[in-house]
Amino acid sequence: MVGFIVRRFIAMLLTLLAVSIVAFAIIQLPPGDFLTSYIAQLASTGDQVDPRVIENLRAQYGLGEPFYVQYWKWITGVVQGNFGHSFEWKRPVWELIWGRIGNSILLEGLAVIVMWFVALPIGIYAAVRKYSLGDYLSTILGFIGLAVPNFLFALILMYLAYTWFGTTLGGLFSPEFEMARWSLPRVWDFLSHAWAPVLVLATAGTAELIRILRANLLDEMKKPYVVTARAKGLPEWKVILKYPVRLALNPLISTIGWLLPALVSGSVIVSVVMNLPTAGPMLLRSLTTQDMYLAGAIILLLSVLTVIGTLISDILLALIDPRIRYGAR
Amino acid sequence: MAVLLMETPVSEIAPRRIARESQLGLMWRRFRQHRLALISLWVVVFFYAVAILAEFLSPTDPSAYNARYTYAPPQGIHFFDRNEDGSWYFGPFVYGYKTEIDPVALRRTFVIDEEVRLPVRFFAESAPYRLAGLIPMSTRFIGLENPRDPFYILGADRLGRDLLSRLIHGTRISLSIGLAGVTLSLFFGIVIGGFAGFYGGRFDGVVMRVVEFIRSMPTIPLWLGLAAALPRDWSALQTYFAITIILSLIGWTELARVVRGRFLSLRTEDFVTAAQLDGASDWRIVTRHMVPSFTSHIIAAATLAIPGMILAETALSFLGLGLQAPIVSWGTLLQDAQNIRTLATAPWLLMPGLCVIVVILALNFLGDGLRDAADPHGR
Repeated sequence: MVGFIVRRFIAMLLTLLAVSIVAFAIIQLPPGDFLTSYIAQLASTGDQVDPRVIENLRAQYGLGEPFYVQYWKWITGVVQGNFGHSFEWKRPVWELIWGRIGNSILLEGLAVIVMWFVALPIGIYAAVRKYSLGDYLSTILGFIGLAVPNFLFALILMYLAYTWFGTTLGGLFSPEFEMARWSLPRVWDFLSHAWAPVLVLATAGTAELIRILRANLLDEMKKPYVVTARAKGLPEWKVILKYPVRLALNPLISTIGWLLPALVSGSVIVSVVMNLPTAGPMLLRSLTTQDMYLAGAIILLLSVLTVIGTLISDILLALIDPRIRYGAR
Repeated sequence: MAVLLMETPVSEIAPRRIARESQLGLMWRRFRQHRLALISLWVVVFFYAVAILAEFLSPTDPSAYNARYTYAPPQGIHFFDRNEDGSWYFGPFVYGYKTEIDPVALRRTFVIDEEVRLPVRFFAESAPYRLAGLIPMSTRFIGLENPRDPFYILGADRLGRDLLSRLIHGTRISLSIGLAGVTLSLFFGIVIGGFAGFYGGRFDGVVMRVVEFIRSMPTIPLWLGLAAALPRDWSALQTYFAITIILSLIGWTELARVVRGRFLSLRTEDFVTAAQLDGASDWRIVTRHMVPSFTSHIIAAATLAIPGMILAETALSFLGLGLQAPIVSWGTLLQDAQNIRTLATAPWLLMPGLCVIVVILALNFLGDGLRDAADPHGR
């Protein structure tokens, strides 16, 4: 088990290295270096540009030097928690994003939990009562989850809430709780706002999970050990929950690994639509204003999140299934 | 005995008729069993036909604006109406508009005026245009007798442009970007996946790690980052192609995996070994022996990849980093519907979303059906 985790961990470190190179490449993508446009912007607002400050910045970011030198300067900073400077907000990137990244993690984590709690009973029901009304309903739900892009779902939800109840869904907190410390009323306020985006984020994944769980469970339920359990006189619910469900859960956990990228992607666009204080809207804004260190840091952190999530799902999978732990890989 | 057999006419030995069916025929037979796929095929054909005939089918020019009719509600098309003397009026027509002042918001709103009836003409005269940029024409499928009358079957947008016309033109862009993206992805997928599957070994290992890596990244932030780097002064066409390339940079991975898997499983087949023993070159083995046996699988996989492309383009354009304003696509159209207040006044702006959903569903079912049909002997 330890060997397995160590191997996975090393693989993750390599992936993280690759992720950071991609993120840095994106920082470098816009034509010209940002310092030139920064100076131009300062000059246009009438600010004095101290040549020594410029020289310092140039040295700090290694501008004009080869890609790998610049990358090295950036990545050593990142490891120490220095993600560079946002030129639009005139503040260190980390100060700007840590709260927003936290909100992103919170929302996505909640979405994963909701996905599981909704998909599990529905999936089991759909498999046990195959071709029943409930099964068909869950299939339809699956198709809807598949075909409705989640930003569209968010729009429709907001529209319905607005026309039927006159409320605007959006944001994560009421104004009075925006800056407050966490307390019971604030948690309540958060939940009364967060249900909508969590619901939107969870739909596509839920549909997928139900489909997979149903298929797996149907495969398992044909096997002789289920018949044996039944023949021994076990109550039906125990037969199902104790044996086939446990086996069918297996692929479900590995699914989380590849659902995460889609979830993180989706949360970016849903946050823009619903105006949530997560990393998504900030990423979009930083990209349109070409505030590249901010954008790069967000892309990096979102990807890192995904990679770590995948690692966790791998480890969980190995914990549950000894075949994976002791397998060839 | 032998003599007797030889003398008997063939028809008497085999009186039963042997049914024959080509591989394609078998596939079609299999495909037709999937009812949803068959319906979806027609839906997809319909949408692509709309895309090709966009200029002819759209009632007006998609960029023609009329500030007098901002956010005019959908007229719909009507066929029957009571005349004032109680007799019936037949034939397609739309109602006109009258303006009212909203007593609360003190804002000009349009309501359908059932007094004014504007008959719709088929093959109506219009300003000359070129169909798909090639064939000069001067009639449109539908139009009003007087081209200056308001004609907004699905309503108007912020600038008083006809939503239906824009939707039809958007169909062309959105569907073609799906096709173009998949074609490009398919090219990369077949070349890279093909090499990986055919030669295996270390190259295969590296390619598969790269594929895994790309697939473990959240796509939208990555796409956004790439799309944001496109120069703003690029022409519409340049942006279009750049977006296609960006989409297929990630899209090729899935197709490469499918191709590689097929190559790996075919490599050990007897007919491939036989060809190798015959001294056929690698190129010949791949193109003459292996590719034909999995073309159908590739087509199915490619069809299933199109919805992802369309969704990605819609999402990018919706966020404002994809296709830019003069180009009309479903994504750029939905961009107008981003604001909840706009949506409350003009819910018809969500119409492009409906098209997205229908096309995505249809393409998914079609892909499922094709995947089943690709292997007509299975199950």
